[in-house]
Formats: sequence, structure tokens, C-alpha cells
Amino acid sequence: MKWITAWRRRPWAGYAVVLAALAIIGVAYAGASPRTDSAQASDTKTSEQDVAKGKALFSQACSSCHGMNAEGTKSAPSLIGVGAASVDFQVGTGRMPAMNPGAQIPRKKPIFNEQQTEELAAYIASLGGGPAVPSADQVDPSHADAALGGRLFRANCAQCHNFAGSGGALTGGKFAPSLDKATPKQIYEAMISGPQAMPVFNDTTVTPAQKRAIIAYVTQTRSEPNPGGNGLGRVGPVAEGLAGWLVGIGLMVVAAMWITARKPKKKHND
Amino acid sequence: MSTATPPKAIDGTIGFADERFGTAGFLRGKMKKVFPDHWSFMLGEIALYSFIILLATGTFLTLWFKPSMGEVIYHGSYTKLDGVNMSEAYDSTLRISFDVRGGLLMRQIHHWAAVLFLASIMVHMLRVFFTGSYRKPREVNWLIGLGLFTLGILEGLFGYSLPDDLLSGTGLRITQGVMQSIPVVGTYIFYFAFGGGFPGHDFISRLYTVHVLLIPGILLALVGAHFMILWHQGHTQFSGKNRTEKNVIGKPFFPVFMIKAGAFFMFTFAVTALLGTFAQINPIWLFGPYTPDSITAGSQPDFYMGFLEGALRIMPNWETNLWGHTIPWNVLVPALLPLGLIMTGAALWPFIEQWATGDKKIHNLADRPRNAPFRTAVGMTAVTFYGMLWLAGGNDILADKFHVSLYATTWFFRGAVFVGPVIAYVVTKRLCVGLQRSDAAELHHGVEAGVITMLPSGEFVEMHQPVKEDAEAVLRGKQELPAIEDAGEDANGIPAPSSRGPLGKARKALNNAFTADDISIGNGHGNGHGNGHGEHPEAGTGDHKELSRG
Ligand code: HEC
Ligand code: HEC
Ligand code: HEM
Repeated sequence: MKWITAWRRRPWAGYAVVLAALAIIGVAYAGASPRTDSAQASDTKTSEQDVAKGKALFSQACSSCHGMNAEGTKSAPSLIGVGAASVDFQVGTGRMPAMNPGAQIPRKKPIFNEQQTEELAAYIASLGGGPAVPSADQVDPSHADAALGGRLFRANCAQCHNFAGSGGALTGGKFAPSLDKATPKQIYEAMISGPQAMPVFNDTTVTPAQKRAIIAYVTQTRSEPNPGGNGLGRVGPVAEGLAGWLVGIGLMVVAAMWITARKPKKKHND
Repeated sequence: MSTATPPKAIDGTIGFADERFGTAGFLRGKMKKVFPDHWSFMLGEIALYSFIILLATGTFLTLWFKPSMGEVIYHGSYTKLDGVNMSEAYDSTLRISFDVRGGLLMRQIHHWAAVLFLASIMVHMLRVFFTGSYRKPREVNWLIGLGLFTLGILEGLFGYSLPDDLLSGTGLRITQGVMQSIPVVGTYIFYFAFGGGFPGHDFISRLYTVHVLLIPGILLALVGAHFMILWHQGHTQFSGKNRTEKNVIGKPFFPVFMIKAGAFFMFTFAVTALLGTFAQINPIWLFGPYTPDSITAGSQPDFYMGFLEGALRIMPNWETNLWGHTIPWNVLVPALLPLGLIMTGAALWPFIEQWATGDKKIHNLADRPRNAPFRTAVGMTAVTFYGMLWLAGGNDILADKFHVSLYATTWFFRGAVFVGPVIAYVVTKRLCVGLQRSDAAELHHGVEAGVITMLPSGEFVEMHQPVKEDAEAVLRGKQELPAIEDAGEDANGIPAPSSRGPLGKARKALNNAFTADDISIGNGHGNGHGNGHGEHPEAGTGDHKELSRG
């Protein structure tokens, strides 16, 4: 075992050990923690227990607006038949429970954890079908065609969300949000549930494979660096014009002032 | 440093040229040309230098750009578009961006230089307008400048349309709509320009010829004319000590100004290079290729087209049907009216001013904006009008960033485009008059010395000291605005022929507008001519050169 002692003397040995330890812990943790993805697969049978817990949560947090049996009230729509996907999206993006109703209920930090969200979803699904939460495979962008996704995105989504998913204004104070934060699952759910001002893209208009391609486009675009420097928010020519004036003309005017104020070295008498 | 003859190196070159072309007198004269040094005189130069940068980088781009609508399937290094159908124009621009060494940098510098070119033309024009530098004898150069501005906008629009990406295609679609909206001939113009349907196959290649050959050629000729006239007439200068209508005080072209100009060119290049390196512009790979079924939020033109876009966005959806023909006011009015108003107004302005004031004198001294309240106020009115349309062109971005309703912004700008200019007019005029008053007060009572003394009576007063000589010269440089020789009424109460009729009345009214708010600085028309006319000291002080004109 001489080689171990030799290795231990190397300057990088300490780092290597720490890294290895971290890797082992990581793998162990991944294996031990609940496999969230498969747990949400659409074909998983939700237990009676989940539904009961969901109903309890619902009557606490949601019934004031949506009614005791999710039948809807003056202030919020009925949730019967909206499906688990819609609940998972709304609660998972923190939109529900809604706080102060403005023009549009914004994304915020979710209040419920994944377990509770699942229970709520199970309860609403038990009331009458609707689109289920997509499986991990359905939303996996790794094998999808981002180029196809780009074409579909420009034809279906860019008019509201902008070419790079940076978001855009809609009428009446509503807005299509930036797509920087949505997870692949939420992107899929947004398409099948059509939250608020967004239309529903059901499986006949945009097939599941195409949805996956769109997810690939969105996730690749947002993580891709800007080869040309700072992306200026990726909102198009308005930001460029602003930069041209503020930085371009700004610097040039300063330069003009400096250059005209400069006197040649030789002092003159006045 | 006030050597009137250039050193050997230059003189030798001039001598060489002289022996062959007989140009010595001309060139020597030019070398001695004097440039006033106020920073605002450099603004036009930014435009010149960015134009040179545009020529250089544009030529680089022509080496790879393919102006063709021929359809190809992309297999370049930007994998996110792999296998997508696109035009050769778009394909080649992607290749310039990702596969040509330095290509993206060149594209970005070209585009940033275009932005800088038009922005600097605009500020340069504003400087000329607000100081009255367009007055006789410089009216022709003012018109040439307007021509350069208009052509620059067109050149930018065409360049923007070349890569055939989603935004440029959307822009072209609007251009096409504007062409077609012209009554009677619209459809023919459209078919002629596009050579058939939209987008067709011919348009991009035609645009290309116009963009790289036709307009740059005309621009070059106009820039040449602009500078020759400038060189002949000399710059205007602000009034100040020893400055008169008959001389120019500043730096001689050689060597001081030449070095400064060279350095300034380097600055311009540095700024465009800086922007080109660190700020992404027109990322066509994110926009994707143009297809008629696609559209994106944030579809905007470059800033110099923004005011037209804004006009289009806030125009109510009006159309009239005349004998089976639709007159689309909703496109026609925004496309032609604001541009027409601003450009025609600007072109006519020097002549309107001459007519209304009856002022046919040569003006080499620039006005301070406050001393011409009517002109300044009208200028601000136009600026506000333009500015409101401009902001309206970005209303979706404004609505998104400030979380207001898109409709609300549209309605806001519908009002603001009319109310804003009126407010600007009134406020500017008040400001000018106020500033004139304080100038007059300063001349008469001096400036506050910042020293407080107690009078024997116990009252505190602030000491005033007379204005410094330099500052006084500036204040006294104010030129009394000429009222028209008041034809008035003759002994029988009959108005003179020149002020009769609608035209005469209009002239009188305009004349009033020009002269009404003139606060006299008193003391017998102190106007900087005091030490000017007649005797013009030829000797410069220190490195400052002074030349008499003509
Ligand atoms: C403050 C009132 C309020 C509360 C509390 C609230 N909601 Fe909502 N919810 C709304 C409103 C309003 C809408 C309709 C939004 C729209 O489409 O404009 C809505 C919509 C929804 C939708 C989308 C329905 C569809 O058509 O797809 C779901 C799902 C939902 N809520 C679930 C919940 C759940 C689960 C809770 C509890 C955790 C909850 N909501 C709490 C007001 C509320
Ligand atoms: C008519 C405009 C419109 C179109 C078209 C549209 N969306 Fe949306 N989208 C919206 C609006 C509005 C919201 C915000 C809804 C809300 O807050 O409940 C939204 C929300 C989303 C979200 C949630 C973002 C987040 O951070 O929570 C995603 C993801 C999304 N859209 C994806 C898409 C995709 C993918 C397409 C194309 C297939 C698309 N949208 C088409 C308007 C649109
Ligand atoms: C005042 C002068 C000019 C202006 C305002 C101008 C403006 C523009 C703009 C805005 C673009 C789009 C650039 C982009 O893709 O981001 C463009 C493209 C282009 N310009 Fe110019 N340009 C000018 C002069 C020239 C000249 C003189 C040439 C050639 C000699 C030229 C050649 C090109 C070419 C080949 C393209 C297409 C390639 C590309 O888009 O990257 N330009 N121009």
C-alpha cells in the first residue's frame, strides 16, 4: 500500500478526497431521496389518502375563492375538470393561492411543497378528469429537436413571449412573463392548461413531440450565452437604441468636450 | 503655434502637388483654416467618422453576404437552427456571425456605427437649429444635411432588411403595406419594387444594390458637398471676446485641429468597437428566419425608424371607402404625415424665418438658444412631437417594463402627441425669457459675489461685482431680433401694401412671434459688433488663431 502514502503526499490529494466525498454523498442522496419525477408520472395511481389530504388542504387555502367543493364562486372559476396539470402549474409556480387580485396573478415563491401540491392536484383530478401532470419523459428536452422547437415557438409563442422568451406586454395590464424561470414540466403544463390570458395548446394543435421540441428550444435559448456581448435584455431594437444614445452618443460627447477643452502644451498668456 | 505656413513635410507635399496640378494656393489656404473649439461643433464629425466606419465594415460584409432569396437548408455551426429552411441572405448572415473570423464583430460594429451615424446626425442638426446656424449663408448646407438625414434613415432601413430575419421581414411587410396604401399608384409601386408578390425573389437583391451602391454613392457625394461648402464658408462661432461676424477664432486646421480630428476619429472608432465587442446588436440567430406565419413581441425597427413605428401604433384604425377603393388612413397618415411635417418644416424653416423677419444679413455668429425664444420654442415643439412618437414606438416595451396596460400607453400617447408639444412650446418660451431677464440683470447689476455685508442699518445685502470681461462679451453678443420695417399705416390710416392680404397678415403675425419676447439688454444695442466691424485684429493670441472671413 505504498502508493497510497505516496498519493497522499501530492498537493492536490486533499482536493481530490473532498471531491470524491462530495460525489459519493451526492449519489447517495439522489438515490435516497424520493424520485419526484416518476412519482408525478401521469399514469401513477393517486391514492385515496392523497385525495383526502388534498381536500383538507383545499378547504383551508383555496375554498374561500374557489368554493367548498371547487365549484367556483364570484371571485374565482370552478376547478372541476381543469385537471391535475393546471393545479400543479398554478400551485407549483406560486400563482395559487392567489393573493391580491390585480390585472394578472403573478408567479411567486410557491407556498406548498411538492408533496402538498401533488395532494391538491390529486384532489382536483378526482373531481373530474382533465389533463394530468406530464411524465418526466414527456418533458425531457434532451432528445428533442430544438430547431423544430424554434420554428414552432416563433409561430405559436413568440408573439406574446418575444423571440427569446423574454416576455412582452399584453392588453389590459396583462403580460406574457419571461420564460426564464419555468421548469420543463411547467412549460408543458402551461401549454396544456393555458393559464389566464394564454391560450391552450392541446395535443392536436401542438403534438406532445412538438411540445418537447418547444421545451428544448426554450431551455436551450435561455441558457445559451450571448456571443455578441451583453444581450441587452434580449428585447430587441428598443434597448439597442437606448444603449446607442446613452453609451454611444454619451461617450462621444464627453470625448468632444475633452478634446476641445485640451490646449496644446505650450502655455499662452491671457 | 500660430505659424501660418505649414512645416516642410507638408509644404513639400503641397509643392509636389503644385508643380503638377497648381494647387498650392488652395491647399495652403485650407491648411490655415480655423476651427472654433466648442464641443458642439464636433457633433457633425461623429457622423462623418461613423460613415467612414460604415463604408469600411460594410465592404467587409459584402465579401460574404449573399443577397439572395434562394432557399437553402442551414447546416452551419449554430446548431439551434440546424436543418431549418431559410433564404441565402439569412444563411449567409448567420455564417458571417458564426463562421467568418471576426464576422460577428464586423456586423456589430457596422450596426452600432449605423446607430451612431443617425444619432449623431440628429444631435448635430439640433445644434445647428437651436443656434440659428442654418441662417444665411448656410441655408444650402442645411438642406443638404436634411438630405443626408433622410437618406441615412433609408439606408439604415434597407440594411436592416437585408439579413431577412424575422424582424427585418416584419419591417419589410410594413414597408410593403405603406407602399400599397398610397392611393391610386400604391399597388403598382409595390409590384414594381418587389417584382411580384411579397416577399418575392427580387426585393432583397434590389435592396442590396441600393444599400451598398446607390445610397452610399449619393451620401458620399452629399457629404463631399457638405464639407466643401463648410470649408468655404467656415464654421459659425458663439459670440465672445473679440469674436465678430467677420472673423473666426479657434484652432488652425494644421496642425492643431488636424490632430484633434484624428484623435476624434479614433474615439469614434473606439466607441463603435467597444459597443461592437461588449453589446450585442441585432442577434438575428435569436430572431430566426422570416416566415410569413411568424411574429414576435418586441418587433421594432431601429431607433431612427421608431417615430414612424410609433405613429403607426397610435393611429386609430380609420379607413374610407371611395368608389370601391379603400383609402387606408390608418397606414397612410402615420407613414407620411409625421415625416412630412418634420422634414418639410425643417426644410422651409430658414426661408420662413428670413421672410418673417426680413433679415437678409449674413450670420456667422451663432445665437444662444435663449436669445431666439420663438425659434427655440418651435424647435422644442418639434422635438417633443418626435419624441412622443418615438416613445410610442416602444410602447410594448414600456408597458412590459413598467407594468402598465398596453391600451393605456396607446391612449396616453394619442393625447401626448398633441398636448406634449404645446406644453413644450409654452415652457421653453418662458424659460428663454427668464434666462434673458437674468442675463440683462447680470449685465446691469453684476453677478452675485457670494459676499454678504451688513449695512449700517442692520440690513444684509449681497455684494455684486461686474461681470467678467469674457462673460460680458458673451452676454453682449445677443443680437436684437429685427422687427420688420414697420410698414404700419400711412397718414390716412391705410396699411402699407406689404402688410395687407392674408399673406401680409401672416407675415406680420410671424414677425411678432419672432420678435415679441426679446428682452433688451439695453446700453445701446451691445451686440458684439462693438469691436468687430471694420477693424479686425488679425493677430491671434497664443495658440488661438483668428482669421478674417472671405
Ligand atoms: C384569492 C382568491 C383565490 C385563492 C385563495 C385561490 N385561487 Fe385559484 N384562482 C383564483 C382566480 C381569480 C383564478 C382565475 C385566474 C384567471 O384565469 O384569470 C384562479 C384560477 C385557478 C386555477 C386555474 C383554473 C383553470 O382554468 O385552469 C387553478 C388550478 C387554481 N386557481 C387552483 C387554486 C388552488 C389549488 C388554490 C389553493 C391552494 C387556489 N386556487 C386558491 C383565485 C384564487
Ligand atoms: C396570447 C399570448 C400567449 C401565447 C400565444 C402564449 N403564451 Fe404563454 N403565457 C401567456 C400569459 C399571459 C402567461 C401568464 C399566465 C399567468 O400568469 O397565469 C403565460 C405564461 C406562460 C408560462 C409560465 C411562465 C412562468 O414563469 O410561470 C409558460 C412556461 C408559457 N407561457 C409558455 C408558452 C409557450 C411554450 C407558448 C407557445 C406554445 C405560449 N406560452 C404561448 C401568454 C401567451
Ligand atoms: C450610412 C451608411 C450605412 C448604414 C446606415 C448601414 C446600415 C446597415 C444596417 C443597420 C445593417 C444591418 C446589419 C445587421 O445585420 O445587424 C446593414 C447591413 C449591411 N450593410 Fe450596411 N449600412 C451603411 C452603409 C453600408 C455600405 C457602404 C456597405 C457596403 C459597401 C454596406 C454593406 C452592408 C451589408 C453587406 C449588409 C448585410 C450584412 C449583414 O446584415 O450583416 N452598408 N447596414
